[in-house]
This record gives sequence, structure tokens and C-alpha cells, in this order.
Amino acid sequence: MFETFQYIALQQYWWIIVSLLGAILVFLMFVQGGQTLIYTLGKSEDERTILVNLLGRKWEITFTTLVTFGGAFFASFPLFYSTSFGGAYWVWMLILIAFVVQAVSYEFRKKPNNLFGHRFYEILLFINGLLGTILIGTAVATFFTGSQFSVDKMNLTLLTGNKMPIISEWTGLAYGLEAALNLQNLALGLTVFFLARVLALLYFMNRVNNTEIMERIKKQLLYNAIPFVIFFLTFTVWLLLSNGFAINPTTKEVFVEPYKYLHNLIAMPIVAVLFVVGVALVLLGIIRPITCFVKCHTKGIWATGIGTILTVFSLFLLAGFNNTAYYPSTFDLQSSLTIENSSSSYYTLTIMSYVSLLVPFVIAYIWYAWRSIDNKKIDIEEIKTETHIY
Amino acid sequence: MEHVDFSLVDWSRAQFALTAMYHYLFVPLTLGLSFIVAFMETQYVRTSNPEWKRITKFWMTLFGINFAIGVATGLILEFEFGTNWSNYSWFVGDIFGAPLAIEGIMAFFLESTFIAVMFFGWNKVSKKFHLISTWLVAIGSNLSALWILVANAWMQYPAGMKFNPDMARNEMVNFWEVLFSPVAMNKFFHTVTSAYVLSSVFVIGVSAWFLLKHRELLFAKKSIIVASVFGLVASLLIIITGDGSARNMAQHQPMKFAAMENLYKGQQNAPLAVIGLLQKNHTDTIIRKQDFTFKIEIPSLLSIMAFQDANAYVPGVDDLVNGNKQHNILSYKERTEKGKISIMSLAEYKNAKKTGNDSIANVALTKFEENYAHFGYGYYANRDVNELVPNIPLTFYSFRIMVGLGFHFIALFLVILILTKKDKIGKKRFILYTALWSIPLAYIASELGWIVAEVGRQPWVIQDILPSIAAVSQIKPASVQLTFWLFFVIFTGLLIAEIKIMLSQIKKGPEPESVDLKTN
Ligand code: HDD
Ligand code: HEM
Ligand code: HEM
Repeated sequence: MFETFQYIALQQYWWIIVSLLGAILVFLMFVQGGQTLIYTLGKSEDERTILVNLLGRKWEITFTTLVTFGGAFFASFPLFYSTSFGGAYWVWMLILIAFVVQAVSYEFRKKPNNLFGHRFYEILLFINGLLGTILIGTAVATFFTGSQFSVDKMNLTLLTGNKMPIISEWTGLAYGLEAALNLQNLALGLTVFFLARVLALLYFMNRVNNTEIMERIKKQLLYNAIPFVIFFLTFTVWLLLSNGFAINPTTKEVFVEPYKYLHNLIAMPIVAVLFVVGVALVLLGIIRPITCFVKCHTKGIWATGIGTILTVFSLFLLAGFNNTAYYPSTFDLQSSLTIENSSSSYYTLTIMSYVSLLVPFVIAYIWYAWRSIDNKKIDIEEIKTETHIY
Repeated sequence: MEHVDFSLVDWSRAQFALTAMYHYLFVPLTLGLSFIVAFMETQYVRTSNPEWKRITKFWMTLFGINFAIGVATGLILEFEFGTNWSNYSWFVGDIFGAPLAIEGIMAFFLESTFIAVMFFGWNKVSKKFHLISTWLVAIGSNLSALWILVANAWMQYPAGMKFNPDMARNEMVNFWEVLFSPVAMNKFFHTVTSAYVLSSVFVIGVSAWFLLKHRELLFAKKSIIVASVFGLVASLLIIITGDGSARNMAQHQPMKFAAMENLYKGQQNAPLAVIGLLQKNHTDTIIRKQDFTFKIEIPSLLSIMAFQDANAYVPGVDDLVNGNKQHNILSYKERTEKGKISIMSLAEYKNAKKTGNDSIANVALTKFEENYAHFGYGYYANRDVNELVPNIPLTFYSFRIMVGLGFHFIALFLVILILTKKDKIGKKRFILYTALWSIPLAYIASELGWIVAEVGRQPWVIQDILPSIAAVSQIKPASVQLTFWLFFVIFTGLLIAEIKIMLSQIKKGPEPESVDLKTN
């Protein structure tokens, strides 16, 4: 079936998959957001235990989505893997380290004799929530704002002179950390951070059975929703007004086009609809519990969660579709990566497309397994009868 | 190539080795213990004997602690291909990326989803669903080993691909050749069976400790039976698959094979040095010639091992470096020349294409393709060909210790199984201590296996095609050095914490039945 597709169709299909994985990852980062709220919401040890256990049952899925997002990006757009990871070294390394320290923290936190004490692992969880979200947001923002690098495949044949035969070269100041100096990038980083916290609050509302915690959630929801909306609007307005990186469809030359992302939104009405519906759902899920807290509080995570996925998905599509360079180089425009010049071969994309047919099946069993173990709300009594506690 | 930033290359290698070796401290226990736990739970479901449930849960707790840190260390590895081996990621990413992605989609989700059911589902799902989940965790973790080992085997024996000069990269042309290459299949079975051995030794060792302390006797004996049967079967498979690994190596990576055997001069009826002590390096020779100060040999065994023929000729380090006309072996000097022609023709081809000169482009392309088998050697033009020889003593000794330990484990499983069946194991303190002390040995054997495989193939990242000096990312060595130490500190800290937690969980022992029944 995929053999009948054109190359460009497979490239677009894979950009859609990568975008979808990225979008799901941002939604699942509610785990990270929650990790920054453990002490804000949990004033006693019991309360914190409830919160940590609620997050602890979900952290693996977020983590695995991150891993799979990386693997899928590698398999479908290897030049991105090579250029961005090898160049923006420090951003990615810090993100990775932030996730490494998370992976052990749930399991080790309450175990006797864990060397550093439970506070230490809670700090690690906090670091993961803070750095992981802000840096991932910042890194993704460079899809729109660009980075400084050059790519020359012919470097491979450099046998003389004082350069090594390396294809991609980063010319940015600080191996990627310079991205955090750009306010537009930072705006997206902070958007992701506050969004993750909002999502976490909505998730807790849906799952916690404890009145004190609920009171605190209500307050926090407002405190986090306001900065989220401000940063999100800043980033979006900025994005729609700023220059973008367009490709000339015949010569494949990359050039700067004013209002490129606004143009993309207009040129792709489906994406525009996804974006608007996404944003509306995000806001709906936040506003309803704030306005009628007692009765309709538990379902917000659904609206905001789905809204997040739609919004992030459409942002990725804005970055890559409609003759746009998704990983622009401001140092050498023609080195910019596009879904055409950075993708895997036709054959590999075909094979991988068959593999992608597994994805709905994977989502189905995750759904089934979760439903079977998340059947009631959590309070401390419930946790105490658990067989496995974090 | 004249300019190589060795501090960059070496720190990148060191970082990869460090993180891979840390990852592999945790992986084998996951691979094997997941099956052992699944066997135990199957017993529980079949017999409804609560003792089996206690047993299952005890080992499951240890599994969970180990699993968490395995996941933590794996994340870095995946992204390191991009961060530290960026050239590699482009040059072979078209082939190498696929198994990594499939691993995520097919294996990691399976594992992480059903682990949640395994740990949190005891009181929530049916016995049968729980059991299936435990099995799915075992299958998922072993599937992840499959895909990553396919990727690794492909680097040792690049099959199913073709170089695309327009894109300046290798592209996959046959997925099934990548997946079912004999090297990949063999590597997978050898590695997972070795992981089963390690896990069995772990379970036996810990149970032996309980016997030594006169605690939990029934629990310990039941655990020992499961583990020693599993371990015995696995360790017999280890020999078969290990032999297969060596044969693959002799065919596809003759230099690694010569280094592993410290074979300097090639010969027919080559003997195998079962035990040997190497002399110090001869500094005066062109290549790092090694001799034995002491050895015990079995005549012709090496030829048989490599080619299943006592008369077969096995090339030595000298033949490979300096060439051997009689056996049609090109010298490294000749290969670097051909490699250089291949690389230069690629440049010529690209330039001709750019200026639209098709006839020149075609000539260049033919020259490129004729010499492509030597492509990677081209980066050593104007360099000392000795750089193409791996560390011989390290490979040689590592191999011998691994194999020796393999036989030790077989003996251990046999003795333990017999004594337990006869119910005499409790009094054999010496055997019990041996079992306990075999736990670190199993880890050593596993790490050494990787040292043979990975150090022995230096300097190739992709055999004959891409050396590590052409695979790295362009970063400041100081940055890599800093991340190396960061990982060193983080992983070591976490490892110590993990060991301490493990030890206290073991000392605590399985939950008393009464507590367990209450939650049932
Ligand atoms: C408990 C661990 C263990 C034990 C007892 C053995 N092995 Fe092993 N061996 C491994 C664990 C291992 C490993 C960690 O799984 C390696 C590393 C790379 C690989 O493919 O498997 C390996 C690699 C490896 C290689 C290198 C493969 C390559 O370079 O691709 C050879 C030739 C052997 N083994 C041969 C043997 C033989 C003949 C054994 C006889 C008993 C043996 N091993 C026991
Ligand atoms: C987890 C088990 C593994 C261990 C313990 C291990 C060990 C090592 C060691 C010791 C080195 C350094 C060799 C040297 O520089 O002298 C190395 C290098 C390397 N290995 Fe592995 N390895 C493992 C698995 C893998 C796998 C599965 C892959 C690929 C899929 C891989 C790819 C590499 C690469 C790219 C390098 C660096 C380049 C080079 O120096 O050749 N390794 N590994
Ligand atoms: C360079 C090579 C490797 C890479 C890039 C890599 C990557 C990873 C990643 C990203 C994870 C975390 C997955 C999660 O989110 O659950 C992981 C875990 C795992 N890996 Fe590796 N891995 C490598 C080598 C190996 C080898 C050689 C094996 C087996 C022979 C292996 C087997 C596993 C298993 C069983 C897990 C599950 C977690 C655990 O260790 O307990 N990996 N690996």
C-alpha cells in the first residue's frame, strides 16, 4: 500500500507522525508539571504521597513517548538528528540529564536506605519538571526562529587541510544554550512550563479524593493559567507577525518571507481549524473548573489535554508544511532543513510506514491497561492498601 | 586525513563506552529476571499456592528497582548517536534509525505499559490478566534487546544497504537482510541467553544467601530450582551461540578475530591458545606485535572454530596489516589508497554533477563504486596504519575470561541443581558461598563480552566503511569531557544508591504471608 505513495507524500506522512508524537509528548508532560507542584499542593507527607503516586503511574509513558519521539525522528529525518543533536549539544544534554534523574526518582524515593534521602529525589523530580519543560519548549521554538549552523555533505570528502570530515557544524555561541537568550524561544519554553502545570492540576482534580488538596488546586489553577495564557499569546502573536523561512518550490532555495507562518495558517485551512479548535478546548478545560468548581471540575483534563494535542500538532505542521523549512539556519539559509532534504530514503520511509500501522494498536492497549488499573479515585486509604507504593 | 582532533574522538568514545557499560549493568537482569518472574507467577496461577505469590513478588520488587535505573541509562545512549556521533547519524541513519524507532514503538511501550499492570494490578485485575501482563513485560524487554542488537550487529556487518552518492549516505535497500543477517540473529541469541545466565546466577546467589542465613528455606529452594534449570538451558545455548559469534567474526571481522586470539602470523591448522600470557609490546616492530610468554594450546582448534575445517587458513594481524599475496589479502596501505580513491571520486562525482558534466560524473561514479569496499580506509591515507589495529591484550584477555566464566556457570548450575533436588544444598556452605560470589562474576562476564565485541572492532564504527575519526560530532572536546564527568558522577551516584536499596530489600526478605493475604 505505501509503495504506491509518492516520496513527498511519505515525507509528509512522517512529518505528521513526528508532529503527533511531539504533541502527545507535550500533553503527557503534565507529569513534569505535577512534579513541580508536589510541595505546593501537598502539605503533609500523606498528601505528597498521594500526589507522587498519581504521577508515578504515568511517568513511564511520558518517558517512553520521549524515547519514541527521538527514535521516530531519527528514522524519518536523520539529518535533523545529526544536525540538531550534534550541534545544540548542551540544550539536549541538559534535557536528557533532566530526564535521567527522573527515571529513578519514583522507584527510589521511599525505599529504605536510598543513600540520599527522599528529599533529594523530590528535588530531582522538581529539576526534571522545571528544566525538562522549559528547555524542550525553547528547543522546539527554534523550529520557527532558527539556529546558527551549516550543513555541507561534501565535507565527508575532506581528506586534507585542518578540518575534520564532519557534515554539520554549529556556529551558535553556546552549543544550543544561546537559544534561551532569544525571548521568543523563552516565551514558548515558559508556555510549556505553565501549560504542564495547568495540565497537572487538571489531572489531579480528576483523580484525587481529598478536600484540602482540592482547595489548593483551585487556587493554583488560576495562578498558573494566567501566566500560561500570557506567554502563549505572546508567542503566538509574535509568531504570526514574524518572518518565516520559506522554500521556493521549484529551485528549492530557502528565503525569508514576512508573515510566513500567518500565510501558512491561511493557506492550510485545516491546520487553522485544528489550531483554533485546539486553543478553544485548552481554554475551555481551564475555565470551566474555575467558574463552577464544585460540580464540573473533574473533566477539564480531557478538554485541555485534547486541545493541547491539537494545538501543538498544528504548530508543528505550520513549521514543516506549505514549503517551509522546519529547522532553519540563520547562519546559512541554504543549510536549513526541510522535510524534503533531511528525510530518509523512499525505501526506509516505506518500511517505517508499515511499522507505523502498529501505533493505533499500541494506543489501544495502553488505554485498556490503564482503564483496568485506574478504576477509582485516589485517597490515602487507597494508597495504603496498594501493593506497590512510591 | 591529516588533522584529527584526538581529544574529541577519544572523549566521545570514552563517553559512549561509559554510558553503554553502565546501561548494560542493568539490562541483562531485566531481560532474564522478567522471564524468571513470569515462570514463578505461572506456577502461582497453576497451583494457587500463596508461597509462589510471595516468591514472585519478592523478585518483582528487585526487578522494579533494577528496571528504573536501566531506563535512566538507556535514554542517553539513544540520543548520543545524534549528540556525539552526528556524522554517523547522517551517514547511516537511513538504516540505523529504523530499528531504534521500531524498538520504541514495538518494545518499550509494551514494557512500560504492562509493568504498570504488573506492579499496580495485583488487586485490580484478574489473575489471568496479571499473568499475561507479566509475560508481556518479559517479551517486551526481550524485543527491545532484539532491535538494538540488530542495529549493533549491522554496524559489525553492514548488510542490506547501498551508498547513494547524490545524498552522500548509505541507504537501506533490504530490510529483511538487515533484520535476519546471520550476525544479527546470532548476536541476539547470544546476548539474551547470556542475560538469562546472569539473571539465574543472580537469583541463585541471593537465594544462597538466605540459605546461609537459615532464613526462608522453602522460598530459597524453590527459587533455586527455577533459576538453575533456566540457567542451565541458557548456558548450553551460550556456548553454541558464542561459537557462532566467533565464526561470524572470523568471516566478517578478521582483524577482531586475530586480535581476540593474539594471532600474529596467519596459518593453516591454527591452534587455539586456551590459556596464554602475553609479552609486553615490542616497541620496535611496525605493528603491535605480541608474543606469548606462556600458553597452553589445542592444535588446529582455531581453524575449526573459525571455518569448521582443521586445514583452513586463519589470517593473523601481520597478514592483515602487511598483506598476504598467497591468500589474496590486501595490505592496509593498499586499502587506504583504494579508500582514498573512493572518497576523492565521490568529490569528483559531486563536482561534475554540479557543473552538469555527466560523462566525468559517470567515470567518477564507477571509480567510486569499484573502491567502495575500502571507503573507510581512505581516512587513514597519510596516517600510520597501526591505528587500524585494536587493543590486542584487552580483547584477548577479555575473551578468555568470559569463556572461562561461561564454563564455571555451567558447573555451578549443575551442582546446585543436583544438590537442591537431593535436598542437600543447605549444608554445603562452600557451594553456597561460591554461588553468592558468582553474582559479580556474571556481571564481569557480560561486560567483558561487550569489550571483546566493541574494543575488538576499533577503530571501525561501521566495519570498513566508517572509522570513529570520521563519525564524531564537531563539538569542543571540553564539552564532551564535561558531559563525560557529569554522567560519571550521576550514574555512579545512582548505582551506589541502587545497590544499597537492593541490599536492604534483599535483607528484608519476602513479605510475610499474613500481610500479603490481608491485601488479597
Ligand atoms: C554471562 C555472560 C557471557 C558468557 C558466560 C559468555 N558470553 Fe560471549 N558475550 C556476552 C556474554 C557472555 C555478551 C555480553 O552478550 C556479548 C557482547 C556482544 C555480544 O554479542 O554478546 C558477548 C560477545 C561474544 C563474542 C563477540 C561477538 C562479537 O564481537 O560480535 C564472542 C566471540 C563470544 N561472546 C563467545 C562466547 C563463548 C564461546 C562463550 C563460551 C562459553 C561465551 N561467549 C560466554
Ligand atoms: C550495552 C552494551 C554495550 C556495551 C557495554 C558497549 C561497549 C562499548 C565500548 C567499551 C566501546 C568503546 C570502544 C573503544 O572506544 O575502544 C563502545 C563503543 C561504541 N559502541 Fe558499544 N557497547 C554496547 C552496545 C552497543 C550497541 C547496542 C551499539 C549500537 C547499536 C553500540 C555502538 C557503539 C558505538 C557507536 C561506539 C562508539 C564508536 C566507537 O568507538 O567505535 N554499542 N561500546
Ligand atoms: C547503544 C545502544 C542502546 C541504546 C541506544 C539503548 C536505548 C535504550 C533506551 C532509550 C531505553 C529506555 C527505554 C524506556 O523508555 O523504557 C533502554 C532500555 C532498555 N534497553 Fe537499551 N539501549 C542500548 C543498548 C541495549 C542493549 C545492548 C540491550 C540488550 C541486550 C538493551 C536492552 C534494553 C532493555 C531490556 C531496556 C529496558 C530497561 C532496563 O534496562 O531495565 N539495550 N535502552
